[in-house]
Amino acid sequence: MSKHQRSEIGLLAPEIVRPAARAAVAKLDPRSLARNPVIFATALVAAVTSVLVLVRWGTPGSSLALQIALWLWATVLFANFAEAMAEGRGKARADAFRASKTEARAKALLDPARRDLFEMQDVDLLEVGDLILVEAGDIVPTDGEVIEGVASVDESAITGESAAVIRESGGDRSSLTGGTRLVSDWLVVRVTTKPGETFLDKMIALVEGAKRAKTPNEIALNILLAGLSLVFLLVVATLPVFAGWSGTEIPMVYLAALFVTLIPTTIGGLLSAIGIAGMDRLVKANVIAKSGRAVEAAGDIDVLLLDKTGTITFGNRMADEFVPVAGVTEREVAEAAWLASLADDTPEGKSTVALAVQQHGFVESGQRQGADFMAFTAQTRMSGVDLDDGRSIRKGAADAMARAFPQGGAAAAEPVVRRIAMGGGTPLLVSRDGQVLGAIHLKDIVKPGIRERFAELRRMGIRTVMITGDNPLTAAAIAAEAGVDDFLAEATPERKLEYIRAEQAQGRLVAMCGDGSNDAPALAQADVGVAMNSGTPAAKEAGNLVDLDSDPTKLIEIVMVGKQMLISRGALTTFSIANDVAKYFAILPALFVAAYPQLGVLDVMGLGTPQSAILSAIIFNALVIVALIPLALKGVRYRPASAGELLSRNLLVYGVGGLVAPFVGIKAIDILVDLARLA
Amino acid sequence: MAADLTFYAAFLAGLTLMGAVLGSWMAWVFTGRASLLAPVERAFYRAAGISPAGQRWTAYATAVLVFNAAGFVVLYLVLRLQGVLPINPQDFGGVEAGQAFNTAISFVTNTNWQGYGGETTLSHFSQMAGLTVQNFLSAGTGMAVAVAVVRGLAARSAADIGNFWVDLTRTILYLLLPGSIFISLLMVWQGVPQTLAAGVTATTIEGGQQFIAQGPVASQVAIKMLGTNGGGFFNVNAAHPYENPTALANLIQVYAILVIPVAFPFFFGRMVGDRRQGWAIFAAMSALFVAVLLWAYVAEAAGNPLHAGLVEPGVSMEGKETRFGLAQTVLFAVATTVASCGAVNAMHDSLMALGGMIPLFNMLLGEIIYGGVGAGFYGMVLYVVLTVFIAGLMVGRSPEWLGKKIEAREMKLAALTLLVMPLGVLVLASASILTGNATGSVQDPGPHGLTELVYAYTSGTANNGSAFAGFGANTTWHNTMIGVAMMLGRWGYIIPVLAIAGGLAAKTRAPETAGTFPTHGAAFTVLLVVTILIVGALTFLPVLALGPIAEHVSVAVGRTF
Repeated sequence: MSKHQRSEIGLLAPEIVRPAARAAVAKLDPRSLARNPVIFATALVAAVTSVLVLVRWGTPGSSLALQIALWLWATVLFANFAEAMAEGRGKARADAFRASKTEARAKALLDPARRDLFEMQDVDLLEVGDLILVEAGDIVPTDGEVIEGVASVDESAITGESAAVIRESGGDRSSLTGGTRLVSDWLVVRVTTKPGETFLDKMIALVEGAKRAKTPNEIALNILLAGLSLVFLLVVATLPVFAGWSGTEIPMVYLAALFVTLIPTTIGGLLSAIGIAGMDRLVKANVIAKSGRAVEAAGDIDVLLLDKTGTITFGNRMADEFVPVAGVTEREVAEAAWLASLADDTPEGKSTVALAVQQHGFVESGQRQGADFMAFTAQTRMSGVDLDDGRSIRKGAADAMARAFPQGGAAAAEPVVRRIAMGGGTPLLVSRDGQVLGAIHLKDIVKPGIRERFAELRRMGIRTVMITGDNPLTAAAIAAEAGVDDFLAEATPERKLEYIRAEQAQGRLVAMCGDGSNDAPALAQADVGVAMNSGTPAAKEAGNLVDLDSDPTKLIEIVMVGKQMLISRGALTTFSIANDVAKYFAILPALFVAAYPQLGVLDVMGLGTPQSAILSAIIFNALVIVALIPLALKGVRYRPASAGELLSRNLLVYGVGGLVAPFVGIKAIDILVDLARLA
Repeated sequence: MAADLTFYAAFLAGLTLMGAVLGSWMAWVFTGRASLLAPVERAFYRAAGISPAGQRWTAYATAVLVFNAAGFVVLYLVLRLQGVLPINPQDFGGVEAGQAFNTAISFVTNTNWQGYGGETTLSHFSQMAGLTVQNFLSAGTGMAVAVAVVRGLAARSAADIGNFWVDLTRTILYLLLPGSIFISLLMVWQGVPQTLAAGVTATTIEGGQQFIAQGPVASQVAIKMLGTNGGGFFNVNAAHPYENPTALANLIQVYAILVIPVAFPFFFGRMVGDRRQGWAIFAAMSALFVAVLLWAYVAEAAGNPLHAGLVEPGVSMEGKETRFGLAQTVLFAVATTVASCGAVNAMHDSLMALGGMIPLFNMLLGEIIYGGVGAGFYGMVLYVVLTVFIAGLMVGRSPEWLGKKIEAREMKLAALTLLVMPLGVLVLASASILTGNATGSVQDPGPHGLTELVYAYTSGTANNGSAFAGFGANTTWHNTMIGVAMMLGRWGYIIPVLAIAGGLAAKTRAPETAGTFPTHGAAFTVLLVVTILIVGALTFLPVLALGPIAEHVSVAVGRTF
């Protein structure tokens, strides 16, 4: 499988940084600022302070006041810059998508019955239900459903996958996405979306973050931050009164500095960047989230429903062993199986040949000459070969073989068949000249490493449930081997839906992935529904995430991205609030030392002068936003672990770190400020 | 020193044991399993025409408000009309309007701020039928609200959070009344008077005549402590020998203050079916309790540096009763302010600067170190909600507590309660200064005066009721504004926390998994304590720096005000 990864955008790539810097200034627009209460408050304070500086220019302390005003503006700009950086990365990806959006015109069919009769029509004029023709070399003008024809389609513009895929009418491969290109043949397509609302349009809007709605957690967090800001507003607004009682006056600029350092500007400034970057990480993983809410919900998942085939197992049964009946050697069985499978190109057949060669070293030497191979048919459910030397070899399902060779001793193979079936495998009987020799044990091979993956998920508190159409016996065996927590055997769309509802009734959040139209109800019911891009339009409509790679294992990655986004938010919130301790200890002594010189004992950092202390605190407050931009964009490092371990580790890093860092940072800045005689 | 610390350790062990036992009893009572007095209960509901069916949070909150409003009106009228009401042996006239307003609010909100001198202003009828009744009812209200909150946390997809009238009735029948009777008897045994006579007139050694007030003291003392009310029969409260005659009586009173607040986390643990949850909250409360107790003890034991060499020993004994000594005085001062009791057995105004800061600090946190009966626990619930939200995201899931998601609605309500203390303390106190109402009322200038002022408004907002006695609060401005502070501090918490409980009750409880944010265990306890200190206490660091801390550092270099 060849795959060209989307070109990685460097964290501080100049093509992102430069426009972001411009956007940071443009975002000073009050309407844009008002979306973020903390930064809006900071901008207001900065504006008031600037006016004060201008009005009182020339009075003692003007230079310090000017510096404070500038740093207040810097705080706002840095926050804007963080958001613009995150958006910029999205924009860069959006531009790549946009390139595949053409101004092409569509070949609208005039008569559904005749595909040679069409007129070129503007894409914007297409309506849902119109029929269009797409031919080899054409870019598909809009989303639609194939109603006639088979063609190979290059979807690399959307998925980054260069191998062409087959699209055909009917079934689960009928969905055609605008922006993809037909490599061969032709298709008649019914338009399913209005112009401007195609999948590609939605993707562009999503990765650009243009219509980004705040997620539930983000809204709640914003409320908390606004509440804290209000508390600090009361603290700072009443402070001059209490200072006046104590016989000292606090300059307005100092109060402004105190207010801005206390309100949670760090998390306030980085909050939207974290959200946008989270979506961006998903895009990088080739997953399109229809809403931020879904990404957040992915972090909360308790139960993961995974399809067995292709996710947990390779999807193809493979020969695992040869089991002879009494009186036959294993080698005889292996040889017969090998001969019967020589011309069998199915994965079962190939794996049988491979196993036989590997275990017994058979070498092909003219056996094919004059041999008459019988292909598998649904009627006989058997295949085999009649060799030149007269040997007649057959292999097939146990019941079919029993019917074909009633006297062939299939009964003797009964215990073998039962043992294999009990173990979750599929037995294929092998006969030579009408006499059953033994069985090939076909087995679903569990992907290596998947068991560890599930153990990891279990430690994170996520239960994995295997969905399979197999009978319960087979399902149980594979479930045990793969290490899933539960399984749903003989799964039908209805049973999936029931299972999800039952889990949800107990308060659990469920994620699943699916591609078929019959998966749509379950996808819609699940809290996180990942639709495969290869799936039907109905499935894509029902899911809240679309995986462009159509890889069901991706669900695990999506959960990780969701968790990482939530952790980043929590970590920076904790860090931001913990920072306040040091800021109080930097600024309060500076404000009060005139009234009570002995209050200098509160200056535990031993800062140069009251003025340098205030300036250092406000500089630290602004710079810490810049310093944390990479963290906000990349997300906090996340290794799967239980909540308890994560809490302890993150508390240590971001809680204790948040307490200590500003003490060190402010002191360091203060030394520089003193050296440069800035205050 | 060592003996005192041993005493504290033994005290805490005893307290924990009592709390755990009472907590299980409460779980028994409030799940309706205690049915001994069921006929009495039913008779009450029938007589009042009340249906004991479950109420949604809005109905519950309305019941609380209506009940408190009615209580206010009745108490106000009793105080105003005491001149014409019976059992008035000293023939007191009606209480002046502003003071009656303040006192009525004060008792209905469980603050029991004493703007009046009990034995010189109030008739026995006012004390018994007015104040003591509200001592029971305001305590019952707080406990009922906390019970409803716990029920909301424990519920799964429930529409209601219980019935206020039922909770209130059970609180009084099964907890406050029996407890008060028991404690009254202990008080009488220790020498506290219980009489309807006016008092006695004694001839002093110098031959002068002195009137010694008496009255139904023991019964009122019992409920004032058990219900963390704190309004004393006498003006000097538990420093009066008739209200608190012996060291043993003192110890019993401290236990009486704290036992119900301490029982609440244990009750909570049982109700939510996971006692570790209750232990974590109890541990956070206790960690703060030990810290403030030791801090206050050290501050007082160090003595006043300005008295060094003048008095022996160095311990600061100004304003303290020698019959209690240092350890019991500090314990009482801390207990009465961590719980929103407000009874005092020493003059807090006379504590050392940092020693006096501790009662102030305890109240500024919003009375959540054990806290007032019920009020302490639901105050703590709000801090837990905040803690879970701030740190909960760090485990990579939406914040949840007890399997219930903490979302925008909960955050909005919790953020609202964050504003209560700053509004009541910072805004109202600074308004007093700006309007010129502070200078006349404080006894001392400078930082100590600021502490007196801030203490008064903190005591009001936190519904504590203790005071820095140097502060003259009996003015129209302060009577009104402290009244406002008391209302704000009471219903500013009750309504949002009931709303949160109602919302959480409606949510399902997601089962606990390895991915669930752990709200038990040491890490969470530490986190909760730190959140309380950073979000709650840091807000007041500026004013504390200008008040007690400035006073302390100035005294250390010999500067007084």
